[in-house]
Amino acid sequence: MVIDADTLRHMSEASVSVELETEDMTLNIGPQHPSTHGVLRLVARVDGERVYDVKPVIGYMHRGYEKLSEVRTYPQITALLNRIDWVSGYANEIPFMVAAEKLMELEVPDRAQYIRLILTEMARISSHMVFMASYPLELGAATPLFFALRERERLLDLLESVTGGRFHPNFNRIGGVKPAYGSGSTTRKWIQDLPAGFFEETTQAMVRIREAVDQLEDLVAGNEIILARTKGIGVLPPEVGAAFGVSGPNLRASGVKFDLRRAENYLPYDKFDFEIPTGANGDCWDRWKVRLDEIRQSCLIIEQAVAGIPSGPLQAKVPKVIKVPAGETYVRAENPKGEMGYYLVSDGGGGPYRLKIRSASFSNISILPWALEGVLVPDIIAIMGSLDFVLGDVDR
Amino acid sequence: MPEVVLDLFSNFWVALLGKVLLVALMIPLIGMVIGFAEMKLSAKMQNRVGPYFAGGRWGWAQLIADGVKFFQKEDLIPADADRPVFKTAPIWVLVGTVALFVVIPFGPGLIFRDLSVGVFYALAISSISTIGVLMAGWSSANKYSLMGGLRAAGQLIAYELPLVLAVIGSVILAGTMSMSGIVEAQIEAGYPYVIFQFVGFGIFMIAALAELTRIPFDMPIAESELVMGYLTEYSGFRFLFFFLAEFANMFTMSAIAVTLFLGGYWLPGLSEDQLVYLGPIILIAKVFVLVFAMIWFRWTFPRFREDQLQTLAWKWLIPLALVNIMVTAALKVLL
Amino acid sequence: MLKGLAVTLITMFKTIFAPGKNLRTVNYPKVKETPVARARGVIALDQEACTVCMLCARQCPDWCIYIEGHKEEKEPSEPGGRIKVRNTLDRFDIDYALCMYCGICVEVCPFDALFWSPEYEYSEEKMGDMLHDMDRLQDWMKFVPETPGLEK
Repeated sequence: MVIDADTLRHMSEASVSVELETEDMTLNIGPQHPSTHGVLRLVARVDGERVYDVKPVIGYMHRGYEKLSEVRTYPQITALLNRIDWVSGYANEIPFMVAAEKLMELEVPDRAQYIRLILTEMARISSHMVFMASYPLELGAATPLFFALRERERLLDLLESVTGGRFHPNFNRIGGVKPAYGSGSTTRKWIQDLPAGFFEETTQAMVRIREAVDQLEDLVAGNEIILARTKGIGVLPPEVGAAFGVSGPNLRASGVKFDLRRAENYLPYDKFDFEIPTGANGDCWDRWKVRLDEIRQSCLIIEQAVAGIPSGPLQAKVPKVIKVPAGETYVRAENPKGEMGYYLVSDGGGGPYRLKIRSASFSNISILPWALEGVLVPDIIAIMGSLDFVLGDVDR
Repeated sequence: MPEVVLDLFSNFWVALLGKVLLVALMIPLIGMVIGFAEMKLSAKMQNRVGPYFAGGRWGWAQLIADGVKFFQKEDLIPADADRPVFKTAPIWVLVGTVALFVVIPFGPGLIFRDLSVGVFYALAISSISTIGVLMAGWSSANKYSLMGGLRAAGQLIAYELPLVLAVIGSVILAGTMSMSGIVEAQIEAGYPYVIFQFVGFGIFMIAALAELTRIPFDMPIAESELVMGYLTEYSGFRFLFFFLAEFANMFTMSAIAVTLFLGGYWLPGLSEDQLVYLGPIILIAKVFVLVFAMIWFRWTFPRFREDQLQTLAWKWLIPLALVNIMVTAALKVLL
Repeated sequence: MLKGLAVTLITMFKTIFAPGKNLRTVNYPKVKETPVARARGVIALDQEACTVCMLCARQCPDWCIYIEGHKEEKEPSEPGGRIKVRNTLDRFDIDYALCMYCGICVEVCPFDALFWSPEYEYSEEKMGDMLHDMDRLQDWMKFVPETPGLEK
């Protein structure tokens, strides 16, 4: 498609620049910027307010996860993986665990699966709360930030009471969840099950979160300025989204009713009754609304799980030094940001031979050059924010 | 009061010096008070406390501390910047604000200079800050500042028109352009003009928010996009000038709105003598109600996009203001 | 739009007039929130229990534990008995500037020598002071909490 001034001016009705002979300017929305979620660099050619093309430059945060995994053992990798997408810490470990358990052909006990599910849904709410906080801030409203983060603190306190860490729980073990404090004669008996008062506090926290979500909806959803800034902006047709590999709430906002929680069975989601929210148009507003509804659905799942959790052991019987038999497998899961997959190749040793991480945000931002052609500069921020990516996830 | 002091002040030059000093003192003081109010109020809207440590439990010394901090910072001027323009830009913006103080009536007879074209003067002088903003955006050798400056140029010029057209309704009702004359006309009529001119009042407040580049109209600054827009390269006391100018401008714009629409320093039922003493207090109280509304809007709403901003000004506010003028004029002739 | 304004205004009044329930910030240096018992703040060492088996140092993903030890001989408990050989610690340092707070060391220790404690206020001004030596790690044992009860 030939991009010139006339084609672009037809793409949107708003036109700000006068018909003068001005040259366009290369604007570097640089790695250090308040609005890119991390160190993303966009090299944009702009003419006044209109953007001609955008080239994202990534790699400022590459930490070498895949190489690191080649020289670490399985328990050590578990400690590292939750730092990929640090906003939703717990959810990053799950597909890796399931992949290793698949190769070892282990049966994870029910209680461990339920605990994994509860903590994953808490991570999902936590990640969407960060989105609720930061997206209006990029559009200019500063107050939802505080309301959303206030509720996220409750969830982080709950996560901390179970796992000991707020953002980096490190609670999964191959075969289940962390069974005991240590391996000594006394500490082996200190079972790391859910602490006393967890169920009650969780139920109360869910009530508070629903209230806060309603408050956020009042504050943000009825506001004409936000509707004017997000409706019709950044429309993503479902075919284009699927072609670029966009996943998660971004794709669901375009109307594709596909959720890996139902499509795959890495955790017992089929025992719970919840809906999958979708959007109609695929614009920024729908992406916001889908995430808001997902918070509500996650609250529902957690309440059902807490009511019906079975008792039992926390980890399957595994040897002390874990060696995964040779083989390869790919497991994908519904990370809050999208589809996260781990391709694990094992050669029978104490660590993987190769671990390939398919991260959600990397594919989500591949759509930026397509979506940001011909928009106005403030819309760059609106569209980027609505994709909800984290640079740690993009660069690994 | 002792005769000597009164005689001294009847000398024109001493009185002039006194007035200049008073204005020079009031501007930073008002700027600091409003800035502090904004910090505390915005904090309460967000379940926080706001400044707490500076000066005892209330944190009232926070802005004084901020002022001192800005003063003692290094004066950085980018190497590529246009030096004379860069240095004078903050002064232009401040001049636009300070000059507005001259025509605000604080009480009957308590006005720095009662010009017979007070309204005209006020609106004309407030446009001087526009030049300052443009100078700031252009002279910083920074593409972000340039974009902020361009946006500011478009926005400020576009919103001058609704600002001016909105007050014409009040002027028609009062029959005079002098600011104290308008207040006296409201006293005579017995009601503040906002009752009939609510459209004009609304348009004036929206246009004032846009002239101040406050959210929802702060595209030129747009903190999360352009890292402070035309203000990016300013640090130290130059930034302090812009900062103070914004808060003082909030006061003056609100004061003009109060004078023209809400009855100025007058409350029904007070006699002329009482108004001499209570007038300033009443005016400041009314101004603070409007300033509170501005702060409230700032922390609740996000910002408009540039083209939506322009659409609002040209397609909605100006026609509304023109209709308002026609209706007011028609009613004044008929009634 | 008006609902949003109402939300902000109501929050403001609630925070001013009923701060007990609504003020969500804590005046940090004077008032501190206590973290939960399982919070991973700092690792404490029980020197008596350590047998210098080096498992923690080997399993640490960052290799931030530095251990040196030597063998000591103890007198036999009865005459003619076997001379017992005991491993003793010379050096056990954890470098908290490298530590990831993952807890693998605590989990693999077979002799109950390492414990978690929720203490978090040990920031230093020099990077070198972030290396906690044996005695300082022993001091942290005072802050190790009791294990709380479990759910149902």
